[in-house]
Parts: sequence; C-alpha cells; structure tokens
Amino acid sequence: MSTGPNLLRLSGLKKSFPSPDGGRKPIIDVPDFSLAAGEHVALRGESGSGKTTFLNLISGILAPDSGSILIGDADMAALGEHSRDRLRGSSIGYIFQTFNLLQGYTCLENVLLGMTFGGHADRAQAQALLGRVGLSHRLDHTPRQLSSGQQQRVALARALAKRPKLVLADEPTGNLDHGNAREALKLVRETCLETGAALLLVSHDPEVLGSFQNVRDFAELNLVLKEGAS
Amino acid sequence: MTLLLIVRRSLRQHALSTTITALSIALAGGLLMSVWVVKEQSQRTFTQVNTGFDAVLGARGSKLQLVLNAIFHLEASPGNVAASDYEYIKRHPAVKLAIPIAVGDNLRGYRIVGTIPEFFTDVEYTPGRHFALSAGKLFDPSAKEAVVGSFAARKLGLAVGDTFHPFHGLIYDARNQHAETFLVTGILAPSNTPADKVVWIPIHGLQTMSGHDPRAATDVSAVLVQLRSPSAGFMLDIMYNKQGNRLTFAYPIGAIMAELFQRIGWFDKVLALVAYLVAIVSAAGVLVAIYNSMASRRRDIAILRALGAGRLFLFGAIVLEATAIGAIGMALSFAAYAGIVSAVAVIIQDQTGVLIETFAYSPVMLWAPAGMIALCAVCGLLPAWKAYRTDVAENLAPIS
Repeated sequence: MSTGPNLLRLSGLKKSFPSPDGGRKPIIDVPDFSLAAGEHVALRGESGSGKTTFLNLISGILAPDSGSILIGDADMAALGEHSRDRLRGSSIGYIFQTFNLLQGYTCLENVLLGMTFGGHADRAQAQALLGRVGLSHRLDHTPRQLSSGQQQRVALARALAKRPKLVLADEPTGNLDHGNAREALKLVRETCLETGAALLLVSHDPEVLGSFQNVRDFAELNLVLKEGAS
Repeated sequence: MTLLLIVRRSLRQHALSTTITALSIALAGGLLMSVWVVKEQSQRTFTQVNTGFDAVLGARGSKLQLVLNAIFHLEASPGNVAASDYEYIKRHPAVKLAIPIAVGDNLRGYRIVGTIPEFFTDVEYTPGRHFALSAGKLFDPSAKEAVVGSFAARKLGLAVGDTFHPFHGLIYDARNQHAETFLVTGILAPSNTPADKVVWIPIHGLQTMSGHDPRAATDVSAVLVQLRSPSAGFMLDIMYNKQGNRLTFAYPIGAIMAELFQRIGWFDKVLALVAYLVAIVSAAGVLVAIYNSMASRRRDIAILRALGAGRLFLFGAIVLEATAIGAIGMALSFAAYAGIVSAVAVIIQDQTGVLIETFAYSPVMLWAPAGMIALCAVCGLLPAWKAYRTDVAENLAPIS
C-alpha cells in the first residue's frame, strides 16, 4: 500500500467529561498520533475505552480540551463549530457501527445527503457507488426495507461517495454477521484504496484487526488507559 | 434543494401531527378571514342598501328603527303616519317620489308589506335596475292580490296562482289568521335586497284588513322618499326633526346604518379578538407539535450534523418546516373560509334578504395568510433553537 505525507497529525490531544462528583474525568490523552495519506490503520481497543470519543474528536463532532488535530493544513481543534462542520463534510467520511442511516430517506437520498454537505451532490456518482456495493436495485428503498448487511453497505457508500481524504470507521462490522462483516470490510478497504483515502478503523474484533498490516493498540496510544492500567 | 428535501421528508415522517396542525391552522385562518370579510362586507352592503330611496318619513322615534323597519323589514314600526302627511310630502317640491308602505301582518313569519305598484315600476333599487318579476304579473292595487319576493316565495313554497291567508302581527301566530284570501299574481326576480323576503300586497288591502283599526284605515307605516337633491334632504331634516315634533325624517339612510355599525363595533372587536386568539393558539400548535417531536428527531439531526450539516442549516430547516406547515394550513384555510362565509351569508340572507359578496377580494386574503405563515415561522424558532443545541456525539450512540 503506497502512503504519502501525513494527512492527520494529532498532538497533545486531551478530552475530559464532567463526572458525577463535580470534577472532570479524563477520557483521552493522546500525546501524538499521525496517519499518512492513503494509509490504513486499525486501532485495537475494548468497548468503553474511548475509541468513539477519539474518532469524534478527529471528526470535529467533539471539541478537545487541548491539543491540535491537523487534517492537511487545517487544525480541527482550533476551528469554530461551523468550520468544523464544513471540514467534516468535505474531508471526512464517517462509518458508524449502528449505520446511522436516516430512516425517512431512501438509500439514494442517504448517499446524496452525504455528498451534499461535502459540497457536490452527484446523482449519477451516488447511483454508481450504490451499484458498486450491490444495491443498484434498492435505490428507492428506505433503510427499514433492507437487511443489516445492506444497511451497512449504504452507510459505506454514503461515507465514501464524496471521496473523502480520511475515512473513520467505528466498529463498522460490530452489528453484522460473519459473512456480511467480511464483505463490508472488504468493500471499505477496496474503496479506500481506489479513492486513495486514509482509513482509521477502530475495532475489538480479532478477525477484523487481523486483516490489517498496521494495527495500533489504543491503550498504548491513550495515556489515560495506560496510566489506569499501571 | 437539500433543505426542501429535508423539510419534505420531515413533514412526511410526522404526517399525522403535520396534518392535524395544518388543519387547525386552516380552521383558524378560515375563521380569521371569515370574521374580517363578513364584517367588512356587511358594513359595506348594509350601508349601501337603500332599495333606491334617500330617506324615510315615519312616526316620531328613532331614525334607526325607522330605517330598519321600512328598508330592511326588521324591527317594529314606530307608529303610523297620517294620510295627510303622506300627501303633503308626496307633493313637496323637493321630493321626486314618495312611496307609502304599511306593515302589521305576516305570512308564516315573512312580513306582509302593503305598498303601491310604483314601488316596482318607478324605483331603481340599485342604479339602472328595477324590480323585475320572474313569474306572473304585478298585483292589481284594488284587488286582494300579492307579489312575493323570491326568497320568501322559495321558503314559503308559493307560486303564481297560489292563495294564502295573512296572519296578524309581525310575529307568526297560527291563531291570528285573517279571513281575507290573497292570490299570488307574481314572484319577484332575486334582487338580493330586503325586498326578496317580503310578501307584497296592495296598501289598501293591508289598511283595510279585517281586525285592523278602521280609524287608521288611511294611515301608512312609513313613506319611502326619493329626493330631487341632497340639499333637499337637509331642508326636510330641519323641517321634520328640528322644527316639527310629530314625525321623524330619517336621512341619509347610509349614515344611519353606519351609526348602527358604530354602535355594535365592540361586538366586531370581540369577534376579531377571538379570531386572533384562535389564530395564535393554532400557530402555537406548530410549536408544540414540532417541539414534542424533537426527541424523535434528535438522532436524525445528529446524523445530519455528522454528515457535515451546519447548526444554522438545521435551525433553518426546522423554521422552514414550521413555515411550510403554516403555508399548507393557510392554503387549506381558503376552503374553510369558503365554507364558513357561505354558511354565514345564507344566515344573513335568511334574516335580512341581503346577500353579501362572499368571494369578493379583500386585503385580509393576503395579510392573514402572510401573518399566519410568519407567526408559524416564529413558533418554529424555539424547536429550531433546540435542534441548534442538539449534542451530536450524545445522539449518535452507542459509543465504543
């Protein structure tokens, strides 16, 4: 796999949440992390270890307490909420464990909406991508009319349709059976390779992790977990 | 485009609450427009209806009562005018035409009014239009014959050739039947004036009806007057109302009716206030409907945010949705308006014979929809603010 210069570079990233005792509970403390353009990295981590929070910080859904999140030249951590939304819309494709499809919309509309906020909704491209994931006959179906595997393929198409520079995948196979999981993972990796997108996938599934050459342990990366373990 | 798609889908996802809220807005908007138009049209129509006369001469009393009795065939007669007084004003040089009327009987609740044939032949009830017959011919002034107004004929089921016995008094009482039999010789074509709900007979027939006071057999209830000039009206006003003390000269008729609307202006205000309140409550229904659905919308909002939709974009989508519900409701409100106003028009015509113009253009048909839609947009601000404040990470659960 060919990789380029750093697409994502985190430094001194910290995030805490209010705790019931009135103080703040640290969740994330990542001194340094980087991902090259086109690189595929898997993060191993147990449930509740803060992986989703980590991805939410990278995607700008959450703002960190401190640190920087450079995506290309833009520091997500220094941007206001509106600019973070725009950067996320244009540069990041996010695949969720629970698919997070919009239930009132058709498959095609779900994909088109993913493209719209990236700046350019191309119906033909959306249709082509849904065809690529084997759903050309389900364009006008709503997510409720699809199986779990099909829903995850729509979510995948939605995340990739805008050709993002960075794809974040949060336990993308967590809700799928073995066959669908393997198929979904294959599609994610193939499509990222085709588009040259960097992929950061978090999982606790050994089979998924085993398919990656570059696997990092989130507990090693996140000092909060490291200190808690020691 | 995307905004419209999101609004359309959201309206469809919440179809039941959208429909109920839009219908309540339709009813409120229809009510608001109806109240306004009925008020406006009633005032305009009732101050313009004079059946072709400038003034009414009657017994000493209220001018309004005189006009209501002689022109609109409502209210009781304030008293009689002696034949000599009628003859005097008829020959007065300032008077172009004087038509006597006599009241005091009814036919199953519809007034019987005695008059002379000139009422139908010489008077333009509205410029350029004389009373016309849709069937039959005018009554013979010396016979027991009748011409029936179109509305009264329809309600009473009378046709040319039918006969009837009048009933004494202005209120129908089956025990007070007169012995005389009248023959219907003509039916008036609709004029949309109070004349439509009257049974017209020769004045002599009413004056000499069995049971009426023979001493008043030549008296009339009122004299309808056409003047040669407006200044003649003021002259006669001074003569009868200020210098005399036996009779009342009601002039000008439009101004007297306007006075009536001024007197009942408070009632219009109460009606308008109720309509405004209903409109506000129904617009608040938009707020409640969208606000209550926010729990089920949070996940969609969070997903859209995760896809890159800005907070302001989603704020705008909710406000636009509220606006769209208002617009749908106000589009439907014209149907509600048509229904309400048509029903009210029938009631007004039933009571007065006057047909108000229900579908005439009124500015309220522009400002009421615009106002209601704007109000709905304002009501969308609170749920939109809630959407704006939606925590994305919290609503994209589960987390790993």
